[in-house]
Amino acid sequence: MSDLEPEQTLSSHDKLVYMANQIGKAFSAEPHDAAVAAAANHIRLYWDPRMRRIILEHLDKGGAGLEPIALEAVRALKGKK
Amino acid sequence: MSLVEEVDYGTPASRAKESVTLTIDGQQVKVPAGTSILRAASELGTQIPKLCATDSLQAFGSCRLCLVEVEGRAGAPASCTTPVAEGMVVRTQTKKLKDLRKGVMELYISDHPLDCLTCAANGDCELQDMAGAVGLRDVRYGYAGENHTKQEKDQSNPYFDFDPSKCIVCSRCVRACDEVQGTLALTIQGRGFESKVSPSQNELFLDSECVSCGACVQACPTATLSEKSVVEIGTPEHSVVTTCAYCGVGCSFKAEMRGEEVVRMVPYKDGKANRGHSCVKGRFAWGYATHKERILNPMIRSSISEPWREVSWEEAIAYAASEFKRIQEKYGRLAVGGVTSSRCTNEETFLVQKLIRAAFGNNNVDTCARVCHSPTGYGLKTAFGTSAGTQDFDSVEDSDVIMIIGANPTEGHPVFASRMKKRLRQGAKLIVVDPRRIDLVRTPHIEASYHLPLKPGTNVAILTALAHVIVTEGLVNKDFVAQRCDADDFAAWAEFVSRPEHSPDVVEKQSGVPADLIRGAARLYATGGNGAIYYGLGVTEHSQGSTTVMAIANLAMATGNLGRRGVGVNPLRGQNNVQGACDMGSFPHEVSGYRHISDDATRALFAKEWGRELDSEPGLRIPNMLDAAVDGVFKGMYIQGEDILQSDPNTKHVAAGLSAMECVVVHDLFLNETANYAHVFLPGSTFLEKNGTFTNAERRIQLVRKVMTPLNGYEDWEITQLLSNALGFPMNYTHPSEIMDEIARLTPSFAGVSFAKIDEMGSVQWPCNEKNPEGSPIMHIEGFARGKGKFMLTEYVATDEKTGPRYPLLLTTGRVLSQYNVGAQTRRTENVVFHDEDLLEIHPHDAENRGVKEGDWVKLASRAGETTLRATITDRVAPGVVYTTFHHPDTQANVVTTEFSDWATNCPEYKVTAVQVSPSNGPTNWQKQYEEQAAASRRVVELEAVK
Repeated sequence: MSDLEPEQTLSSHDKLVYMANQIGKAFSAEPHDAAVAAAANHIRLYWDPRMRRIILEHLDKGGAGLEPIALEAVRALKGKK
Repeated sequence: MSLVEEVDYGTPASRAKESVTLTIDGQQVKVPAGTSILRAASELGTQIPKLCATDSLQAFGSCRLCLVEVEGRAGAPASCTTPVAEGMVVRTQTKKLKDLRKGVMELYISDHPLDCLTCAANGDCELQDMAGAVGLRDVRYGYAGENHTKQEKDQSNPYFDFDPSKCIVCSRCVRACDEVQGTLALTIQGRGFESKVSPSQNELFLDSECVSCGACVQACPTATLSEKSVVEIGTPEHSVVTTCAYCGVGCSFKAEMRGEEVVRMVPYKDGKANRGHSCVKGRFAWGYATHKERILNPMIRSSISEPWREVSWEEAIAYAASEFKRIQEKYGRLAVGGVTSSRCTNEETFLVQKLIRAAFGNNNVDTCARVCHSPTGYGLKTAFGTSAGTQDFDSVEDSDVIMIIGANPTEGHPVFASRMKKRLRQGAKLIVVDPRRIDLVRTPHIEASYHLPLKPGTNVAILTALAHVIVTEGLVNKDFVAQRCDADDFAAWAEFVSRPEHSPDVVEKQSGVPADLIRGAARLYATGGNGAIYYGLGVTEHSQGSTTVMAIANLAMATGNLGRRGVGVNPLRGQNNVQGACDMGSFPHEVSGYRHISDDATRALFAKEWGRELDSEPGLRIPNMLDAAVDGVFKGMYIQGEDILQSDPNTKHVAAGLSAMECVVVHDLFLNETANYAHVFLPGSTFLEKNGTFTNAERRIQLVRKVMTPLNGYEDWEITQLLSNALGFPMNYTHPSEIMDEIARLTPSFAGVSFAKIDEMGSVQWPCNEKNPEGSPIMHIEGFARGKGKFMLTEYVATDEKTGPRYPLLLTTGRVLSQYNVGAQTRRTENVVFHDEDLLEIHPHDAENRGVKEGDWVKLASRAGETTLRATITDRVAPGVVYTTFHHPDTQANVVTTEFSDWATNCPEYKVTAVQVSPSNGPTNWQKQYEEQAAASRRVVELEAVK
């Protein structure tokens, strides 16, 4: 492998799971329902449709790796879709 | 056109509110108490001869030329050091005064070379002017005696010469270095006849502590300190006031010209951002505009493995447009996007995002603020309702406590740093929150009261601990909070920060900062008077960047440090137009004025103006674009004035994204690193070659004025317009002022802005509209933009970038004074004399453990990649922390930075990378391969037709 080729990085899919969890953690000091709503709203306002579609598809497959607030936020996002 | 002349009033203006009336040469004049007679006379239009006095410096009283007679007082006092008094009667021209002045001038000239005709300052020399003003016709003393006229020149500085034979020892240079710049690099060595100006300890300028700001050159009344460009070209014949294109301070300069050749850039005294001061970049480093490596002809190629082929503008634009159309037809509307530039004007930025939203038909537009201050946009909008710093730069004059968090103003924002240092020398207290011991922690006549040397990545923990102290010790400004902030949010926040886990003792373990320092800093900020926070990328470029910005806003609200002079929350913007690029709607989720793209009423406004419906969905950010490209769904990109390959994190991933695209259009001055992966190169214009506006860190909108014809043929806004027209979305602007008029029509905070108004006022700070027709130097005076200020809970979440056995050190990155961002401009100037390579700062303990000595090549490795550079050993960084800059592409510091990013904005976590450092023999394989690939990629087949 040439040194100019990319090293192994997270796939877009895994990155989005990671990002959703980050968002969930950022609001984790809020009361639970408010945290879920804030995280869902953030994803709705700042993620482009393809990113949202990928995370929703991930949810449909069980949502592996999504931590509780992020998981509920993505579920809430699906509900509003 | 002629030279823009500025009146030199001799001494600074008095800030006193009381007035004094006096009579000067039979004319009454009313001036503020404390004004000097010299300045009062000047305000009447009477120019008293002077040499050691200038209005940027405190009166000194050494030259004895500005003598006057005052009724009822004996002798002839110096008018510069004598303040006015009520009823005072002054005469500036009498027989006695004429004789005294002529005698003084005779002595000066008796020790000065009489080579005026061949002197670089001929026609621009105050000594020459004063000889004329006092009627000096002969010198009785001759030149046979001992004198200084054969002194050797110091030509070591790349930008100016020091010729001591022409020095009159007025000390203006020494005082400018002290009072204006605050470096104190110059002194007068010796006494009496032996007195001479000495850089540091009688060193050459280049070897001394001099930072080449040019203040001494500007202050010099003779040819002792002269710009090399003036020596080479001659004196200028006309000048144009314009705005510097380097950092976010936004200094005003007079571009002093001879024809279309820049002779020198002189800081403009009426510039409200810089008040007549400059730094080495703006003052001297403009030579890149005519550098031989600048690309002046458009180029295309169908594959990045091919050499570039020079083509006509028509062919290049048509090719780029056809490629974008082809890609959209094949892969869909969302398969293309673009990046606006914080180095370009507001008008150019606005046009690029307009092209993307209207011509491409999607919102895949982003700006380099993504990788610097996007968390500021998110954090301040959440807390206050708008995404901008709250103060003007003048505000610092009323600050009592200055807290600097994650910023290094003397390197990154040097002109504002000088103003800050002036206030600190006057007695304001300083708190520095930074992993490194930046210069301001201890510099001549300044010492921080507190330096909190936190472990990189623990900003939120530290700021929440400061809040803990403020709340639990009863230091909250209850009246401010009650009147201005949301009560429920405050109550929840106060309870949150009061929890034991946020106490200084707990946070000491996370951050490494002793609890007592945290307590002391919190108490000082909360109780020390006007408290102002200035912050930089050390706040934003973290996985919790947005949270940190909100934590800063919380502190300011809790202590009532908002809404008046001397206080505030002030992001120090990196590039010249970061603020403007953000204001102009460069982010994928919002249009100009920070209005979300999902807002139907806002989109309707744009649709009516543009005749196109806008997509209601947010678009891709830069890292999302690169990810989508790697995934095979994003295929084309228009990049104006940014070098994302060098400036964005994880270079290999950026390269992979760019490589996966079918059409990358780079619009820039030089074949930058990103251009290695481009298919179309559109040559850009420099700030000297175009009209427009920049908005600096204090929201100040200033004119950029064209001083020369674009060497590439077009101003940048014209190039975007050509591309848009070729894409089928017509643009027909004839001048950037028309673009600003459109921005004003579409953006409430810019409703009152026009080129005519900026020209008339010199500059204007948004919001500028019906409510604030003259602009807004200070924001949130009566209430926050969002109504009540919002306290946010700032949970500390440790970064996932962890140290461990393989990568035990933390790398943090920054910049140096002489270089700018990726160095594309400054590396093509003499500034390389000051900094010609990126170095790795490493603590002596860490160096010794690894067998690393000063100047050794070391390998810097992280999970993302590795590079090599030379090490410098310093205790400026703490054990366990290493530091480098990212100005040089052969180092490629971003090969090692990772893709961890801010949770809210994806701003990269440049400031925390776990690394290992080990001895090395030289460049890595990656560096060698990259160099070979870059060289191959830059091959150009010239088009004879355009030669």
